[in-house]
This record gives sequence, C-alpha cells and structure tokens, in this order.
Amino acid sequence: MDEILEVLEKDARISPQELARLLRRQPEQVKKAVKGFEKQGIIVGYKTIINRELLQDNNNFVSALIEVRVTPQKDVGFDKIAERIYSFPEVKSCYLLSGTYDLLILIEGRSIHTVSDFVAEKLASLEHVRRTTTHFLLKRYKEDGVILKRKRENKRIAISY
Amino acid sequence: MKKSLSKTVQELQPSGIREFFDLVLGMKDVISLGVGEPDFTTPWVIREAGIYALEQGFTSYTSNKGLYKLRLGISRYLNSRFNLKYNPEEEILITTGVSEAMDLALRAVVNPGDEVIIPLPCYVAYGPLTILAGGLPRYIKTQLRQGFKLKPEDLERAITKRTKAVILNYPGNPTGVSYTNKELADFKRIILKHKILCITDEIYGDLSYDFAHIPFASLSGAGQFSLYLNGFSKAYAMTGWRIGYACGCKDVISAMTKIHQYTMLCAPIMSQLAAYEALVSGKKAMDEMKREYQRRREYVYEELKRIGFEMVKPQGAFYFFISTKNTGLAGLNFARKLLKEQNVAVVPGDAFGSDYKDFVRLSYCADLDKLKEAIARIEKFLRRKQ
Ligand SMILES: Cc1ncc(COP(=O)(O)O)c(C=O)c1O
Repeated sequence: MDEILEVLEKDARISPQELARLLRRQPEQVKKAVKGFEKQGIIVGYKTIINRELLQDNNNFVSALIEVRVTPQKDVGFDKIAERIYSFPEVKSCYLLSGTYDLLILIEGRSIHTVSDFVAEKLASLEHVRRTTTHFLLKRYKEDGVILKRKRENKRIAISY
Repeated sequence: MKKSLSKTVQELQPSGIREFFDLVLGMKDVISLGVGEPDFTTPWVIREAGIYALEQGFTSYTSNKGLYKLRLGISRYLNSRFNLKYNPEEEILITTGVSEAMDLALRAVVNPGDEVIIPLPCYVAYGPLTILAGGLPRYIKTQLRQGFKLKPEDLERAITKRTKAVILNYPGNPTGVSYTNKELADFKRIILKHKILCITDEIYGDLSYDFAHIPFASLSGAGQFSLYLNGFSKAYAMTGWRIGYACGCKDVISAMTKIHQYTMLCAPIMSQLAAYEALVSGKKAMDEMKREYQRRREYVYEELKRIGFEMVKPQGAFYFFISTKNTGLAGLNFARKLLKEQNVAVVPGDAFGSDYKDFVRLSYCADLDKLKEAIARIEKFLRRKQ
C-alpha cells in the first residue's frame, strides 16, 4: 500500500503540502497521486468518525445489524439484490458473507420503530429476500479502527534523557 | 550527613540541568519535545503477552542469564537480521534495560584508572557509569560541522596505554547520527590494532532511516573486540518493561553475569515474556512506528531549517540536536524561556556534554499535531524575542 494511503487513512485532514513534506515528495506529485487514487476509486471518500454515544440527541438514534438470506438470481448472483438493498439511504453498510446467511447490512434510524418498519415494509417484502434476522446494536466500542472510549492521557514524564 | 556519602558519588556530575527538569515537571499543559522515549504505548500484542504471563502466574525469578527462550529468540533475530552469531547458552545476557547492560559491561572490564573513550555529545549515563566503575572517561568532542561524527584519527589520538574500551552509540542520542559500513571499518582497524573493547549501544539500531544499520560486531574480525548492547525500550516502545541484552565473548558475558546475579538477580519474568512476544510478533507494529518517526523527521527537519536552525539531519533515533546560536541564546536559556513563554519543553545541550551549551535536543516523540503546534510556538517565541 502506498504510504500516502497509510497517512491519509489515519488523518484525512492533512494537506497535500504537508503530506509531501512527510514523505519527502513533491506536492504536485502527491496531489496527482491522490487524484489518481480518487479516480481509480481506491480513495472513495473523506469523512469524520463521530462517537454518537456522546451526542445529546443520541436518544433519537438506533442501529441494527440485519442478516439477510436471499435467493440468488440467475446470471447476476447476489449483486442485483444487494444493489436493491444497499440503495436505500438507511443502509449504511452492506456485505456479502459466506456462511449461514448471505448479506449483512447495517442500518440506522431514529428509533426502533423506524428500523423495524424498514425491515418489515422495505426489506422483507423484497422479492428474493427469504428471511431476515435483526440484531439491535447496544453499544459501540470501536469504530473503523478507532477505540471510542476516551483515552486517558498517558502519563509519560514530560522530560527525560 | 554529607561526610558519610561516598566521595565518588559526591563528585558525580552536579547537574545544572536538574533544576530545569524540575521546572518542567512542575508545569502543566506543556508540549514536551523533551522526552527520551516513544510517545506510543507498547503494541497490544506485546502488552497482551505480558498480561497473559501474569494471568498464568509467571511471577518468579528466572535464571540469572534470562529465560532461555528469549536468549534463543535474540540469537535467531541477530543471526537472521545481521548475520551475527551468538550462542544463547553463554554469549547472551538479558538485563534490565541497556542501562544495566552498560553498567555491567563497564564494571566487568574496567580496572581502577583505566580509560574509557566516549565521543560527545553522548547519552548522559556513560560518563557517570565509567566513574562508578573506577574508570576515567576520556571524552572526544565532535562538532556540528563534522556532522557530529567521530573521526577515526581523533579516536586513534585518544587511545593511550590505559585505554580499555570505547563506547559507540549509533544511531545516537542526542544527535540521531549513525555510521555507515565504511566508517565502522575505519574504527575497526584502529580498535583491532590497539586491542581495545568496542562497547556499542545500538538501542536505536532498528530506527535507522537512511541506510541499513550495521552492528560493529558483524564486521569481519570485530567479534572478539566488541560487546553488542541492545534492548526493547525504543523500537518496540517498551521503556517501562526494562528489558535489554548484551552479546559478546563468553568471558565478558560471564563476568557481567557474575555482577548481575548479585545486583539484579534477573530481569522481571513477565517483561522477558513480553519481550519474547515482541520478537515473535512485534515486527509489524515496530515497522509502523518506524515509518511514523521517519515521516515526522522529514517534517520537523524542513520546518527547523525554514526557521533557520543549524543542525545535522539525523539518520536515526528520534532526536534533533540543534544549534541555538543564531537565536542569540545559550541552550539552557533558550529552553528556559521557551518553556516559560510558550510552554514547550526541550532539553538543554549541556546535558549531553559541557561543550554543547549552544544546543538543545528536541525529540519528535509526539504526534504530528503536537509537533506542528510546538513548532508554531517556537516560531512565535523567536519572533517575539526580536
Ligand atoms: C543511547 C541510550 N542508551 C540507553 C538508554 C536506556 O535504555 P534502557 O531503557 O534499555 O535502559 C537510552 C534511553 O534513553 C539511550 O538513549
């Protein structure tokens, strides 16, 4: 993996100038490389990781993981049905898995009701969807490689040889 | 009370820096570029092994030399990485950090009045440890304009009939300067000719950025005249675990073990098990930290250059040793004022040799955001001064 990606994956806010300096490359070269990654779809976006547990209005927010069993279709396999599912904006992540079910989706909504309505009305009623199992998410510990518990500041002594 | 203290101890380096250290420790919200240890926490795989060791009840002494499996692991690591061959039975000793290893080494080889050559600027412990062992430090200054590198002719000139050993630390604290194969070969020629021991502190060996690190002991014919010291503190971010090791000829290692068995008995068993895990599965995390240091080095170097500091671009470790001459302030004053006015801590150069009053050591063991902020504050500090 290009070191540009290693740095950006940790901190997307870094500017091309800074990135260039860190990696001892030319800013123009870095900009071009980043553009290239974007074009190829290797970099698909830049976003902020939010710890919702700490938000005031967290009461209006629930997530659920839903296992979905589907009937694969001729020629297109799972892709077509996956596309119909992940196109709903409520679906935040969607994966095809091996094992006892086929698709795992993460959905977010304002309440248990919105989520269950979505499952009942939108998801379960889709042609080819055979069965769903909904797991409501109780607590997040780690999100995209970031531990959400606030770290205690490490008590390294401020000066040493 | 004073009368009852040993003369040797009373005469040990009365450090003017101590006061400054106390000043730093008494302040809050300091951005510290004054630390000599990684800002990273020990990688989880390694911590996990330490926790597991405790869970399993590994709370006893080990053999004086250290756990055999750790010695074997070190022997294999040195062999595969540097083609260095040490027998884990009798040529490797596990110590509580390189600190202890250096102490043992000097006490094992120095007779009263023997001289030990120490290039400056250097890590603070070498001089005092030499004195405590009954030896006389024979310092060789190196200059900024020679890249803080020891010159072979200066080494040769410093050797007398009483010279017992020379201490080489590379990549070095506080300069980050390291030596290439060719430079080491020049030292080897002299060391072999005069038959002195070369004690190398290679604790930053895994943090070498511009060229492959080469242990002095791996040079052909050097083995017999070298004592290789290394440890887990820096590269694996394990300073608090206190594990180092010494590798060398059987007779030196066994002499060191003799002292070690009385003074330390053994290194902590849970730390030894964690260190073993570091060898087995810590490489990936270590490489990641190394790349991070390397990126910071590039960043800080360009920034310090832009601000106008004179320095050598370090080839390893995680320090910059920069001249404060252009600022019109001596190192200690620079450090004191920077701390008071901008809450940024650096270490005055005097700490590493009395001739380095016009320097400060700045370590980049802080994340990029902190480094940026610290550099901005240093700039502000200099602008205000004018
Ligand atoms: C050059 C050098 N040697 C030895 C040490 C001490 O290492 P250890 O933690 O292994 O005792 C340090 C720590 O700052 C160092 O910089």
